Amino acid sequence: MTTQAKAPRSRLDPEPVPRRDWLGLSSLWAMTGALLFGLLGLLKLPKAAVLASPSKKFKVSLPDVLPVGEAFVPPGRAVAIYKDSGGIYAVSTICTHLGCVVKANAEGFECPCHGSRFSANGDVTKGPAPRALPWLKVSVSGGAVTIDEGVVVPQGTKVA
Amino acid sequence: MTPTTKDALREFSDNLKAVPRRVMETAFRTGPPTTDRTRSTFVFGNVFLHLHAVRTHRWSLKWTTTMGLGIMSVSAFLIALVTGVMLMFYYKPYPEAAYESIKDIHFVVPTGRLIRNLHRWSANLMVVAVILHMARAFYTAAYRKPREYNWLMGIGLLVVTLGLSFTGYLLPWDQLAYWAITIGANIAQSPREITDALGITDYFDPGGFQRLLLLGSDMVGAEALIRFYLLHVMILPLALAALMGVHFWRIRKDGGMVRPADADDQLFRQPREEALPIFTEAPAKTYHLAAIVRGRTSNVGRGPENTVPSMPHLFYAELGVLMVTLLVCLALSLVSDAPLKELANPSVPENPAKAPWYFLGLQEMVAFSAFMGGIGIPSIVLIGLALIPYLDRETEGTGRWFGGPGGWPLVRLSIVLGLAAPILIESFVIRFGWLREWFPSVPQLVITMLNPGTLLTAVYAFFSMWCIRRYGSTRAGALALFTCFLCGFLVLTIVGTYFRGPNWVFYWSPSEWPKH
Ligand code: HEM
Ligand code: FES
Repeated sequence: MTTQAKAPRSRLDPEPVPRRDWLGLSSLWAMTGALLFGLLGLLKLPKAAVLASPSKKFKVSLPDVLPVGEAFVPPGRAVAIYKDSGGIYAVSTICTHLGCVVKANAEGFECPCHGSRFSANGDVTKGPAPRALPWLKVSVSGGAVTIDEGVVVPQGTKVA
Repeated sequence: MTPTTKDALREFSDNLKAVPRRVMETAFRTGPPTTDRTRSTFVFGNVFLHLHAVRTHRWSLKWTTTMGLGIMSVSAFLIALVTGVMLMFYYKPYPEAAYESIKDIHFVVPTGRLIRNLHRWSANLMVVAVILHMARAFYTAAYRKPREYNWLMGIGLLVVTLGLSFTGYLLPWDQLAYWAITIGANIAQSPREITDALGITDYFDPGGFQRLLLLGSDMVGAEALIRFYLLHVMILPLALAALMGVHFWRIRKDGGMVRPADADDQLFRQPREEALPIFTEAPAKTYHLAAIVRGRTSNVGRGPENTVPSMPHLFYAELGVLMVTLLVCLALSLVSDAPLKELANPSVPENPAKAPWYFLGLQEMVAFSAFMGGIGIPSIVLIGLALIPYLDRETEGTGRWFGGPGGWPLVRLSIVLGLAAPILIESFVIRFGWLREWFPSVPQLVITMLNPGTLLTAVYAFFSMWCIRRYGSTRAGALALFTCFLCGFLVLTIVGTYFRGPNWVFYWSPSEWPKH
């Protein structure tokens, strides 16, 4: 701190910070620091440790006959399941653009929200969607087919 | 002297009779507002009223100065506040109950439908009023020194107002609500388009974080509803109230409404009925306080004054605007019901899934790429708006409609260009498609960034730069750019509202929509 010649001051314009106030100031800053530190921890509050969402894994029973190229959509799920000579595979029907549910049609999929189109294996052919529809993990044990919406597998992965 | 029993009884009954009058008298702590002095004390002696100055310049009271739009925004907010609190008696913010409770309010609760309609309509009116009010402040160059900071507060108010409408939209939990919020939350996530293209999403994912913060989960469910509810009924209204407090206080401290330098001369040319000098009964010590008040004490040492007491002149005008606003809301509520679609169904999107009307311009751009249309361009616009008072530091035309170099002819030209550009771009895109249709293998980053909206923004920016050079003035550029963006907003909103049908396909009218 530099010392300066004392300028005459008026009552309305007092000396900014008297030096002997440093104790008060440092305790103030200590408190501010502690509060900020606590606040930093609190920032975690909005992000729950476990997200409350229903299980991503579910069992389906496929119809006895599922023609090649025809989608089977389990009720209440956003997944299209197909069966062909290579095996069973599942494509997510949540549009990669803004999350609407796409509809399977003869050429592939179409999104009702902003008109994105996808080919049968999920690639974007038209519209604003930035990514292909992901393929989801399928496991078959015995007769039961299990889909895990939480696990994405490479395009073309089919399970016999 | 001891009063007799009879006298005491008479006095008692006199006092009893005088109660109503005395209550009125004691309400006005400083006497009824009938003289200049008591009209002043009426204002500064009252917690609520003293946000106003004691006297108001006659220029501020001219209808063309503000058009009452700021007060209309407050009035609409107050109506929404009161009706909103009433709705809270019955509304239940849980997915299983929300839709039913809105249905109850609409069909069962006595006057429930009217209250709900009033809430909807006042919210819509508020958005309109705030946008028009911003345009008014812009076109009269009211953002200039010393009002720069209040313009920033205004932008904050605009954002919070839009936030209030957006969060309210989810609460009915119907199809419209559910899918509009799904889309909104995914727009919040759209920075992923960039991080994905750069391959860094696994390490740095602001988009995913924003969505998680908004929804509290990875889907639109109970967590999202309670968050939106909390934001809608608590956090955002409080934020709005705080910002409004600062906004109003600054208006007063910045010297009231902006007015042209020659406002007094202009007013003198008109007949003056009430231009008395301030404080005809001047108190002895006016100037002691002036010694410690920093900044301008605008009324000290001036000649004849063009001010009138705020009570009653300003307050009655404000009450008038409040009543008109209420009347408009009531009329609209009686003729048109707030919509309620079917219960939210997460496996079947509403088709078309439309956001509230003032977001449909955004939705129109988002239909080409989510990041640029939903986050990029809106951010550019907001930053641009915030910068206006710091870039335009000129003085010409302050306080005059379309004041500044270029003036109305420039604004007229900007309206033509501002309307023509988006109409042309939209027609072209609707007729010939956009990037992916021509070059199927174009990289995603190009599609993300090169929205038709980007093109539009570039055209506008170019025109604005040209105006700055042509008129040698930043204000001219601002006039051009602001007008253009207002027109662009209008065109895109109209296209999104009236000309987009199922699958976001262009239709000339909803009657051509395919039946499903
Ligand atoms: C909830 C939103 C808002 C409310 C309730 C509000 C309210 C008001 C009121 C009552 C006034 C007094 C004059 C008048 O009636 O026009 C005013 C002035 C002003 N407002 Fe706002 N306002 C809001 C949003 C905005 C926005 C979005 C902006 C601009 C970005 C803005 C910028 C200004 C400025 C610069 C003034 C001073 C005008 C002058 O001195 O002539 N306000 N506001
Ligand atoms: S959500 Fe599918 S195209 Fe927008």
